[in-house]
Amino acid sequence: MFHPRQARIGALLATALIVAGACTTSGATSKPTDGASLTPAPTAAASPLGGAIAIDGSSTVYPISEAVAEEFQNANPGVKVTAAFSGTGGGFKKLCAGETDMNDASRPIKTEDKPGAKSEATLCKEAGIEYVELEVALDGLSVLVNPQNSWVDCLTTAELKKIWDTGSTVATWADVRAGWPADPIKLFGPGADSGTFDYFTEVINGKAKQSRSDYTQSEDDNALVIGIAGDKNALGYFGFAYFEENQDKLKLVPVDSGTGCVAPSNQTIADGTYQPLSRPLFIYPSTRALERPEFAAFVQYYLENVNGFVDEVGYIEIPADRLQASKDALGSALQ
Amino acid sequence: MSATSPAIAQTRFEPRLMRRKLSGTVFLGLCLAAIGVLLIALLMLLVDVFGRGWPWLDGAFLTGAPSRRPAAAGILPALVGSLEIGLIVGALTFPIGVAAAIYLQEYARDDLVNRLLRTNISNLAGVPSIIYGIFGLALFVRALSLGYTLLAGALTLVLLILPIVILASMEALRAVPDSLREGAYALGATRWQMVSGTVLPAAAPGIMTGIILAMARAIGETAPLILVGAVTFVTFLPNPVDGGYTVLPIQVFQWASRPQADFQGIAAATIIVILLVMVVLNALALFVRVRLSRHIQW
Amino acid sequence: MTMPAGAAGLLTRPPRRSERVIEASLFLAATVGVLTTVGIVIVLTFEALEFFRLVSPVAFFTGTVWSASIEPLQWGVIPLAVGTLMVALIGLVVAVPVGLLAAVYLAEYASPRTRNLVKPMLETIAGIPTIVLGFFALNFVTPVLLKPLFGSGLGTFNALAGGLVVGLLITPLIASLSEDALRAVPRGLREGAFAMGATRWEVVRKVVLPAALSGVMASIILAMSRAMGETMAVVLAVGTNPQLTFDPLESVQTMTAFIVQISLGDTPQDSLQFKSLFAVAATLFALTFGLNVLGNRIVARYRNAYS
Repeated sequence: MFHPRQARIGALLATALIVAGACTTSGATSKPTDGASLTPAPTAAASPLGGAIAIDGSSTVYPISEAVAEEFQNANPGVKVTAAFSGTGGGFKKLCAGETDMNDASRPIKTEDKPGAKSEATLCKEAGIEYVELEVALDGLSVLVNPQNSWVDCLTTAELKKIWDTGSTVATWADVRAGWPADPIKLFGPGADSGTFDYFTEVINGKAKQSRSDYTQSEDDNALVIGIAGDKNALGYFGFAYFEENQDKLKLVPVDSGTGCVAPSNQTIADGTYQPLSRPLFIYPSTRALERPEFAAFVQYYLENVNGFVDEVGYIEIPADRLQASKDALGSALQ
Repeated sequence: MSATSPAIAQTRFEPRLMRRKLSGTVFLGLCLAAIGVLLIALLMLLVDVFGRGWPWLDGAFLTGAPSRRPAAAGILPALVGSLEIGLIVGALTFPIGVAAAIYLQEYARDDLVNRLLRTNISNLAGVPSIIYGIFGLALFVRALSLGYTLLAGALTLVLLILPIVILASMEALRAVPDSLREGAYALGATRWQMVSGTVLPAAAPGIMTGIILAMARAIGETAPLILVGAVTFVTFLPNPVDGGYTVLPIQVFQWASRPQADFQGIAAATIIVILLVMVVLNALALFVRVRLSRHIQW
Repeated sequence: MTMPAGAAGLLTRPPRRSERVIEASLFLAATVGVLTTVGIVIVLTFEALEFFRLVSPVAFFTGTVWSASIEPLQWGVIPLAVGTLMVALIGLVVAVPVGLLAAVYLAEYASPRTRNLVKPMLETIAGIPTIVLGFFALNFVTPVLLKPLFGSGLGTFNALAGGLVVGLLITPLIASLSEDALRAVPRGLREGAFAMGATRWEVVRKVVLPAALSGVMASIILAMSRAMGETMAVVLAVGTNPQLTFDPLESVQTMTAFIVQISLGDTPQDSLQFKSLFAVAATLFALTFGLNVLGNRIVARYRNAYS
C-alpha cells in the first residue's frame, strides 16, 4: 500500500512524536513530588522537602516574595513555588477561596463589613480559612515623575488629592499649581485590585478606593515605571523599591503633609517622618497550609531571612521588635 | 467605419509614450520601495533583537531557571514547556486535522452541509487567537476541570491551529491528480483503500509540512496561553497535568514588561531562541517536503 | 472525489461496513470545526448575557467611559472599540499601499528569481511571533523611530507604535491574497490591453487592478479583521489607559489588551469585572467574525468568477 520508505519515515515521525511527548512529561519533572495539590495534604515527614506552594497578591511585596521563593527553591529543589501579583485585593479573594497558600499584602486585610460587601476577613472566615498576619517590611509609597521634569520639586498632600481625587478636573500641570507648564499631565497608577491603590486613596483622598479613573492603570508596577520613564509629563505612584531599582529612569518627589517637604528614604521611612505614605507590608499565610512541612519551612525561611531580601529589593527593614513579634505569631500558629 | 480623414485621426491621438513610460517607471520604483521598506523593517527588527540579546545567550542561559537577577536567569522551564506543548499539539492535531481534511476533500458530496463545514473551517482560521484562549478557559480549564495546566493550554492551541492544518491538508489532497484516484478505482479499490493507499502517500509531504508549520505557529502563541493560566514565576520544569508552567513567548512577555535594560536583554535573548526554533521547524518542514516527495512523479 | 464512469459498476453494491465506519469517523473529525464554532458562540453568548443582565447593553455599546475597577464603575465599550479601530486603521494605512505594491510587483513584474527572494521574506514576516513585534514596538519603534519625530508629545505607550507593527504583521496577508487575486485575472484581458498598445503600468492600472478589485477588497477586509484581533503586538506597546481619544500619540487600550489585563489580574471568576471580559470578547468576536465571513465570501466569489 504505502511506499515502504515513506511508511517507515511516517511511522518513525509519528512514534517519535508520541514517545518524545511521553518521555519529556515524565522525565522533565524535578525531584519526585507528592502531586501538586494546592489543598493541604498530609505528607510523609521525609526530607528532602517536596510539594507545591502558591503565592499571590501585592505587586509591591512581590519582589520580596520572588526573591525568597527563588532562594528557597535553590535550597530545596523538590519544592515548586509559583508566585504571581494579581494585587492585594485579588490575592485575598484567592486566599479566601483556598486557591493560594499565602497572600502578599501592601495593606492590612479588611475587617469591616460594609452593606452589600463582606469584608475579606469575613469571607475567609465563612470559607473556613484562617490566616496569620505577619508584618515583614516597611515601604514609603513614593510619588514619581520623569527625570526631565524640572518644575516639580515638592507636592503637598492637598495637591496630590487635587490631582487624584474622584471627579478631578486636573488636566495640565498648570491646573495643579499656578506657574507650572500648561502641558497635559499623564497619570500612571495601580488599579483597584492593588493594596497600594487602596492605601494611597485612603490617606490622600480620604477614602479607600476613591479615585479618578482616567489614567493608565496597571497591577504591574514595572509597566508604570516604563510609562513614567518615557513621558516627560508623567506622574505616578508605587512602592519605594521600584524607585530604588530604577533610579536612573525616575525622579522622586518629596511630599509635604504640613510639616515640610520630606522625600522617602531609608531614614525617613524608618523613623516615620515620611508621612502619610509610610506603611507596613505584610504576608498572610493560611494556617491550614502551614500544616504542610514544606510551606511551614518556607514561611520560617521567609521571616529568618527577610531583612536581607528587603535590603536587596529596596524596602526598609521593620524594627527588630516588630520582626520578633511576627516570628512569635508564626511560632504560635505552627503549634 | 467613420469617414474621418487620416489627418484628423492623427491629431487626436498623441501617444505621449515618454510620459507613459515614465509613470510606469515611477510605479515600478514605488513597488520596489515598498519591498525595500519591508526588507528594512525586517532587518531593523532582527538587528535590534540580536544586538540586544546575543550577549546574553550562553549555555547557562539555556539550562538555567528564571531568576530575579537577569545575569542568573535562564529559560529552561520555558523551553521545556514550549517543546512539550509543541509535541502534544502536533500529536493531537495530526490525526484529527488529517482525518477532517480527508473527509472534506475525498468523501464529502457537494451539498449544503458539507459546504457549510468548509466555509466554517475557513472562518475559524480567522478568529483571533485570544478568543480561542477564552474558549479554552471556559471548556478545558473550567468545564472539564483540567485547571491551569499545560494540558489545558495544549488543547486550547490544538483548537487554534486545527483549522489551519485542515486547510493545508485539504490543499495537499487537492493537489493530487485525479488520475491516481481513478487508477486505484480501476484496480478495484474501495474508497478508503484508494485514499490511504494512493492519495495520502502522495499528499504526505504537503500534509507533514503543514503540520510542522502549524506547530511552529503554536509555539509562537502567547495570548491564548495567558488566558488559560500560563503566567507566574516558574522555576521548575513543567508536568503536563500538574499546575504551573510557562512557555518561551510568555517568558519574553514577562521580562519585556520590566523596565531594566538587562531584562530587555534577556527577553531579546529568549526571542532569539524562539526564532531559532522557528527556523529549525521551517527547515524540517522543507526537508520533509523535499525528502518525501522524491517518489512522487506526476 | 471524482467517480469515473467505468468504476461505477464496482460501487453499485453497498459499501463494506468498515468503509462506513471509516467514513463516519472521518466525518466526526470534520465536525470538530463546527463544534468549535458552536462552542465559542455558546460560551461567549451565555457569559455575555450574564454580564448584560447586570449592565444595560445600551450603556455598554453607547457609553464613552470605561472604568472597570475604579468606582464609579462605568461600562461604555466605545473607548476600547475606538482604541482597537485606531490601531487597526493605522496598520491598514501602512499595510494596504505596501502590500498592494508588493503584490502587483510579484504578480506582474517579478522574475522567478526575484519571486524566490521576496516570497520567503514575506513569509518570514508573517511567521514572526506577535510577542516579538510587541517587543520591537516597545524597544525600537517608540524610542528610536518615533521619539525623535514627535519629541515630548509622545509617551512610551502610544497607539502609533502598535499600529505600525500591526501593519507590518498584516502586510504579508494583503500581499499574498492580493497577489492571488491579481493572478486570477485571465491572461486574455492583459494581452488584449497590450495588444492595444498599453504600457505595463497602464495594463495594471486600467485592466488588472479593476478586475481584481473584489479580491483586493477581500484581502483588506481579512487583514482588518486580523489587525483588530491582534493581542500581543499591542499589549506591550499601546498601554492600559482606556481613554477615548483619536490621537495616535496617546496611550489607549484595545479590546484585546483589556481582556489580557483582566486575565493577568486573575480577577475572581464570578465578579462583574470578569464577566465584562466576555462581553468585550463577544463584541470582538462578532466584529471579526463578521468581517471574516464577508471577506471569505468575496474570495470564494472571485475564485469562481474566472474559473
